[in-house]
Amino acid sequence: MNLFYDDFIVDNRYKYILKGLGNTLLITLFAVLIGIAIGFLIAIIRSSHDKMDRPGFFVKFLNVLSKLYLAVIRGTPTVVQLLISFFIIFTSPNASKLMVATLTFGINSGAYVAEIIRSGIMSIDGGQMEAGRSLGLNYAKTMRHIIMPQAFKNVLPALANEFIVLLKETSICGYIGMMDLTKGGDIIRSATYDPFLPLLTVAAIYLVLVCGLSALVGRLERRLRTSER
Amino acid sequence: MNVNGEVLIQVKDLKKQFGKHVVLDGITTDIQKGEVVVVIGPSGSGKSTFLRSLNLLEKPTGGQILFDGEDITLSGTNIDIHRQKMGMVFQQFNLFPHMTVLKNITLAPVKTGKMVQAEADRKALDLLERVGLPEKAQSYPDMLSGGQKQRIAIARAMAMEPEVMLFDEPTSALDPEMVGEVLAIMQGLAQSGMTMVVVTHEM
Repeated sequence: MNLFYDDFIVDNRYKYILKGLGNTLLITLFAVLIGIAIGFLIAIIRSSHDKMDRPGFFVKFLNVLSKLYLAVIRGTPTVVQLLISFFIIFTSPNASKLMVATLTFGINSGAYVAEIIRSGIMSIDGGQMEAGRSLGLNYAKTMRHIIMPQAFKNVLPALANEFIVLLKETSICGYIGMMDLTKGGDIIRSATYDPFLPLLTVAAIYLVLVCGLSALVGRLERRLRTSER
Repeated sequence: MNVNGEVLIQVKDLKKQFGKHVVLDGITTDIQKGEVVVVIGPSGSGKSTFLRSLNLLEKPTGGQILFDGEDITLSGTNIDIHRQKMGMVFQQFNLFPHMTVLKNITLAPVKTGKMVQAEADRKALDLLERVGLPEKAQSYPDMLSGGQKQRIAIARAMAMEPEVMLFDEPTSALDPEMVGEVLAIMQGLAQSGMTMVVVTHEM
């Protein structure tokens, strides 16, 4: 009880946890949105390129750019990307750590989301595209109304997994001195010399968040599955 | 049948090769309005390739295809416009599994701007009546038998009010007892004066 008092009540130390949790959620939420936007774009570029008989110069160029992006992002550790963002790219004193972290995680996640969505697009039978096109729908409309909804449904579990990983990955924010949930707990630990309660509290909060996220995705999956027997 | 001598599709010296393998070597033929053309031949002889070339699902490597007098093989052609007038029925049905039967049928007319939703719904229900499946409007494709799927696929193609219907082995993937129901629909279609090109094994 004494420990609890020291860890959370004295000097309003619980606020480290709350503030950190807020930052973790903010970073994750916006990084997910950025990741989805980038992911869809890259996935469509890559799969369209691969399906074309003779892609034009512009499409080829975009495809090479996309591949380069995937190689760099997936080929380097996220911590290193975060450090590079903070110490090399966004060196302006006006750049907030929150913004740097959100952008970095968003751009990072985009690479993984892109490959997940691309695998979803590739998993759809070629007859679906032919059926859509034979009805006179153009490529974009066929993608949007026929291919994408099915691809999305197929990759939902993989996407959920990616976002769970992303949520936990934000715990490296401490590397740029940003106070996220993990850092908040760690600050309490260093102030009270009690590692036990702060760190377990942090772990428990992550666990609850991930369980909540999983449950949400589970419900969405069930709703999308109505078309199956 | 109701052939009145007006040419709908003119195929001139059509060629298609995959790499070095020549599949179509200079096919020339006319398909007239109201005509039912049946393409038969052994497996691998290029029947399907020929049919799929007519709406450019396969891009010809030579020759011309004139649809309504317009050369659709020219590079600047907006093929989507022409495909809206060429219905196609596939061997594997290719219904959209994530949509109800009604949505399957109304998607193209609505999204191409040909009809508003209410109009397309009415049309779809008419067509479902015509293929004998009015009670399936709210079903999903997975709940249907093969024969039912193919009849829905025919209704879906008909919803665009095409000038010609292309059938790519429409009964080959069906259990024998379901072939009849699909052929009956096709017969009705032919009798109503629809121009049809049919690739088949079914004699």
